[in-house]
Amino acid sequence: MTTTSAPKVQNARANMVKLTVRVKRGAPGAASHWQEYKVEASPLDRFVDVLNHIKWTQDGTLTFRRSCLHGVCGSDAMRINGRNQLACKTLVADLGYKISAEPMLGYPVIRDLVVDMDPFFGKYEKVKPYLINNSPAPATERLQTADQRKRFDAGTKCILCGACTGSCPSIWANPEWVGPAAIVNAHRFIFDSRDEGAAERLQILSDRTGVWRCRTIFNCADVCPREIPVTDLIEDVKRAIIYGEPDIPNT
Amino acid sequence: MPYHKFDVVIVGSGGAGLMAAMQLSHKYSVAVVSKLYPTRSHTGAAQGGVAAALGNQEEDHWQWHMFDTVKGGDYLVDQDAAEVLAREAIDAIYDLEHWGLPFNRTADGKIDQRRFGGHTRNFGEGPVMRSCYAADRTGHMILQTMFQQSVKNQVQFFNEFLATDLIITGGRASGVVAYSIRDGDVHTFSAKAVVFATGGYGRAWRITSNALACTGDGMSIAYRSGIPLEDMEFYQFHPTGIYHVGVLLSEAARGEGAYLLNNEGERFMMRYTPSLQELAPRDIVSRSIVQEIREGRGIDGQDYVYLDIRHLGAEKIREKLPDITDFARTYLRIEPITDPVPIQPTAHYAMGGIPTNIDGQVILDEKNTPLPGFYAAGEAACVSVHGANRLGTNSLVDLIVFGRRAGKHIAKMLDSGELDYAELPANADERTKQMISRIRAGSGEHAETIREEMRDVMTEMCGVMRTEDKLQQCGAKIAELQARYQNISIMDKSSSFNTEMMEAIELGYVLDCAEATVESAAARKESRGGHFREDYPTRDDKQFLSHTLAYRKDDGGVKELRYKPVVITEFQPKERKY
Repeated sequence: MTTTSAPKVQNARANMVKLTVRVKRGAPGAASHWQEYKVEASPLDRFVDVLNHIKWTQDGTLTFRRSCLHGVCGSDAMRINGRNQLACKTLVADLGYKISAEPMLGYPVIRDLVVDMDPFFGKYEKVKPYLINNSPAPATERLQTADQRKRFDAGTKCILCGACTGSCPSIWANPEWVGPAAIVNAHRFIFDSRDEGAAERLQILSDRTGVWRCRTIFNCADVCPREIPVTDLIEDVKRAIIYGEPDIPNT
Repeated sequence: MPYHKFDVVIVGSGGAGLMAAMQLSHKYSVAVVSKLYPTRSHTGAAQGGVAAALGNQEEDHWQWHMFDTVKGGDYLVDQDAAEVLAREAIDAIYDLEHWGLPFNRTADGKIDQRRFGGHTRNFGEGPVMRSCYAADRTGHMILQTMFQQSVKNQVQFFNEFLATDLIITGGRASGVVAYSIRDGDVHTFSAKAVVFATGGYGRAWRITSNALACTGDGMSIAYRSGIPLEDMEFYQFHPTGIYHVGVLLSEAARGEGAYLLNNEGERFMMRYTPSLQELAPRDIVSRSIVQEIREGRGIDGQDYVYLDIRHLGAEKIREKLPDITDFARTYLRIEPITDPVPIQPTAHYAMGGIPTNIDGQVILDEKNTPLPGFYAAGEAACVSVHGANRLGTNSLVDLIVFGRRAGKHIAKMLDSGELDYAELPANADERTKQMISRIRAGSGEHAETIREEMRDVMTEMCGVMRTEDKLQQCGAKIAELQARYQNISIMDKSSSFNTEMMEAIELGYVLDCAEATVESAAARKESRGGHFREDYPTRDDKQFLSHTLAYRKDDGGVKELRYKPVVITEFQPKERKY
């Protein structure tokens, strides 16, 4: 057995670069303004490391959400260099020497980069994002083939970060729209062979705030940090509404 | 000041908290208080799987699972609790499946299972396929599924509320105080029962797999309320954290057949644990890695080794290990299909915590005296099913089994009227308000210098390998940091979404956890599971086959350590060999 040559992780870390970070700061009832910070970072640092460094050593008032730091909790979705991304899944190396950070569009701002996610979760709840199956459960598991399991796999990856919904021009135009994330989570159940609630959800999603407001702009799929083909899933749901039922493999 | 009244208040919205809520919300009013939106909880970061002896892939029995848990925990496990864990895991898994959890499937449509460290057939003969999984995002799926069910059952959430105090009146738990991050208000919750499911405190160390939110909030609040913390010296360092970053590469990689290699390209685990090799329990693998590094066999003489999955092939890697390979690509810019991945041990999981019995009731002493109305579950609690070292996949089992049991026990007590509201003192929120005023008015240093020094000293002196001398120095340093913390200051005086205030409060919590950890570690002069003393390298059952209970002095610092016997039913302690 041979090992390939060691990646020079250490060296890349030692190689610090000087950054200018511009943050759009604001609070309800006050005009927002851009504030500039100068900071040194390694190209392998996550953008959230840079924000933390600023907060912990320069300006304790800089406000943003963060938790897991590796792209699974969905706390730190924000608009970085004009594009919705997770601050913990984006490295300095990919952002350049001048970086801008703003709150996501389409959400009410609470403070700086923190937006109000309550309306987002409200829309999520509206599509009945839970398994509906009123048949008595067996003593062990309900059976499901690998193909049936695969049919709804994409949507199960969603971490509810809101990046997709905040990148959608349709939601900028009409905040009432249910938005891509809620549809992804509806899809996850509509196409689950164990679920019996497809008709209810398709009904909800066929009204005027439902799937038809999607104009297949693909921003959602483009920004999804979990690489969910969001627009494809929305199209899947549209087809299910047209044909009256979702296409799920029988076996 | 805002005041709320619920039959049950649950602090923490991870797997354990939501599982408890699920047992109660159909009949009783339940509030879940969480400092994050629920789906941000750290349960979602668990990757590899959740163990249960379903026997879907090969013969398996809950007794084998129980044995592995006891042996894996180096016989410090309470065996009555391990029995409950292994037996009830099976039903709990079926519950989750019935709620829609998208497990991977076998060819005949059942829940798929795979190997994981320390899980064996027939009492240690060889690896067994026991870990039920959903790709390498099992924790994410559990958290999502539980949250979906909470939505269905209309559980009431108080999101972005940081718990700050436990209210005890007349010898029982009667409520919780919490700081609303959103607007700075202090809320008082009156309850018949309180559950702490607040997770661990990996943020006490520099390299950790834990979220920034993992600051031991519930443990610290309990400790400040006179409740002891159990077995805090047993902290797990997971062998395969991404070098420098600490993000976990799941044991599932080794479950699927990954190798650990030193700078000579040698699978060094063959030397340490010939029967289980890379699938030995985590404490042993982490120590072996540190040993290799110390003997100069780290890669390029540095403090890391390789995790190698290249031989598994691109297809298997994509299908079974998609997330962790993505982590390597994102954070190290390495393609695991073609290159080995630099890893090092990372602070991961607290075996210790708030002591409870097998119904999740918090206990106050070595006689197992319960504090009525107070419950804890999950990583925040110490039942103790993990003893001195937790097996992989048993954390998720712990959440679902004991979250469920705590919920069910509360339901029973409420049904029979044994728990009721207490009249809360008018100044129930006084301690919290004082703390907030003190931080706001503080004139000393900012949190960051204290936090950095804490992480460094805990990593250098209270990590994988420990000695008397280093633990003494570490204890003195933590005491110094505690004193400096009293005068901490913040720049942000706002009451709107003041995360600097939140972080300052959290630092106080994690310092308490560090304090209990290092003092308990210094007193345990033996090596057992995750607690390894270079100056006492063997296990000493004569003196130390017992749980540590650390009590706090009213004005800070550890007051005393007491010891509680281990419950032994089926399996007499033996030398732990693999």
